[in-house]
Amino acid sequence: MRSVINILDLSVEELQKLIDTANNIIENPKKYAHICDGKKLATLFFEPSTRTRLSFEAAMYELGGNVLSMSDAGSSSASKGESVADTAKVISCYADIIAMRHPKEGAPLVAAMNADIPVINAGDGGHNHPTQTLADLLTIYREKGRFDNLTVGFCGDLKFGRTVHSLIEALSRYNGIKFVLISPEELKLPSYVKKDIIQNNNFEYVQTTDLESVMSELDILYMTRVQRERFFNEADYLRLKDSYILTPEKLNNAKKDLSILHPLPRVNEISIAIDKDERACYFKQVLYGKYMRMALILMLLEVL
Amino acid sequence: MNIDSIKNGIVIDHITAGKAMEIYKFLGLENLECSVAIIKNAPSKKLGKKDIIKIDSDFDVDIDILAYIDPDATVNIIKNGELFEKRKLKLPEIIKNVIKCKNPRCITTTEQELPHIFKLTNKQNRIYRCIYCESKAK
Repeated sequence: MRSVINILDLSVEELQKLIDTANNIIENPKKYAHICDGKKLATLFFEPSTRTRLSFEAAMYELGGNVLSMSDAGSSSASKGESVADTAKVISCYADIIAMRHPKEGAPLVAAMNADIPVINAGDGGHNHPTQTLADLLTIYREKGRFDNLTVGFCGDLKFGRTVHSLIEALSRYNGIKFVLISPEELKLPSYVKKDIIQNNNFEYVQTTDLESVMSELDILYMTRVQRERFFNEADYLRLKDSYILTPEKLNNAKKDLSILHPLPRVNEISIAIDKDERACYFKQVLYGKYMRMALILMLLEVL
Repeated sequence: MNIDSIKNGIVIDHITAGKAMEIYKFLGLENLECSVAIIKNAPSKKLGKKDIIKIDSDFDVDIDILAYIDPDATVNIIKNGELFEKRKLKLPEIIKNVIKCKNPRCITTTEQELPHIFKLTNKQNRIYRCIYCESKAK
């Protein structure tokens, strides 16, 4: 029995297996429609995140399984003071697998250490969100057919953006990646990510505040939202939130086969006009997230 | 300065000067009933000056805590007035309930009974990270 708390809990071979399974599900959905009959997924969301919860629930339903959902953390046992460890032990009596989101960093690991069933981290504060990275990876793979020799730009909030850190970590296990880091000074990639992952592994990288100056180089552009909830200070949020807005004009120099990704929700950092551009992949990314969650559930339940 | 030699006990030698009190506290030596001598700023050929702690009883030193605080220290076990064993320290892979995670977003801040566990993630630079939130130990 194993859990997935961090994207690095999965080896490169396992990632490839998940991608192959997800691609197979996309091609043969009927084959998987009853593979989890009688199995139950518990979605324990201690902070609001409708889209991730719905993605997990849709994933389980499409595998033929059922869902036990705790939609409102305010009415849950946690508000009565129950520990994460106890919650995990109790839910182990009801379900076959847990997807947990929690505002505190490390809470899903505590659940995994105490549960008798697999736990999937569905986001723990600003820390890890491995299934978002799985969605990102499947999108890149389906768009580019590979993970090596790509120039990948990350734009926006690179300081607090956990999806950025996880994707950089995941891509650092492949060869020939060039990282292009585009952000305002205040939201630069933390030095430990830059040093421990990019520099220590001798990856080529560029750090800039100017998106347009690097646009022509990019194979992938990963946009992020400047998130209000990651700021302690409202004034800083208001000052920086509109720093990087992607418009059709900014794509003038971009490659014809650029892939634009975004973990969503977006506020205004990608103009709606770009949605019609063939290079916009962010809604496909949402769909691929569901397929990767399906593949992950199958792997952890050992039903394949 | 003379301190009586010990018959059966432990001498923690080559402590980086100034760290003896920290070690005294972390090892819980204030709870011992035997004689404990702390020698500060003793002359040392190797270090210039060093601290030494002498414990006059068979005390089970938590080598991991000691190695975390001062990996250059040495532990000498004394039996019948003679050096019985000299232990070199090695940075522990895991340290439990020695230091606390200071990240306000870490689960350990709300769940008081969780053990504070740190893992060695970079041996060369002696970096330990909280196993829950991966924050660096400070």
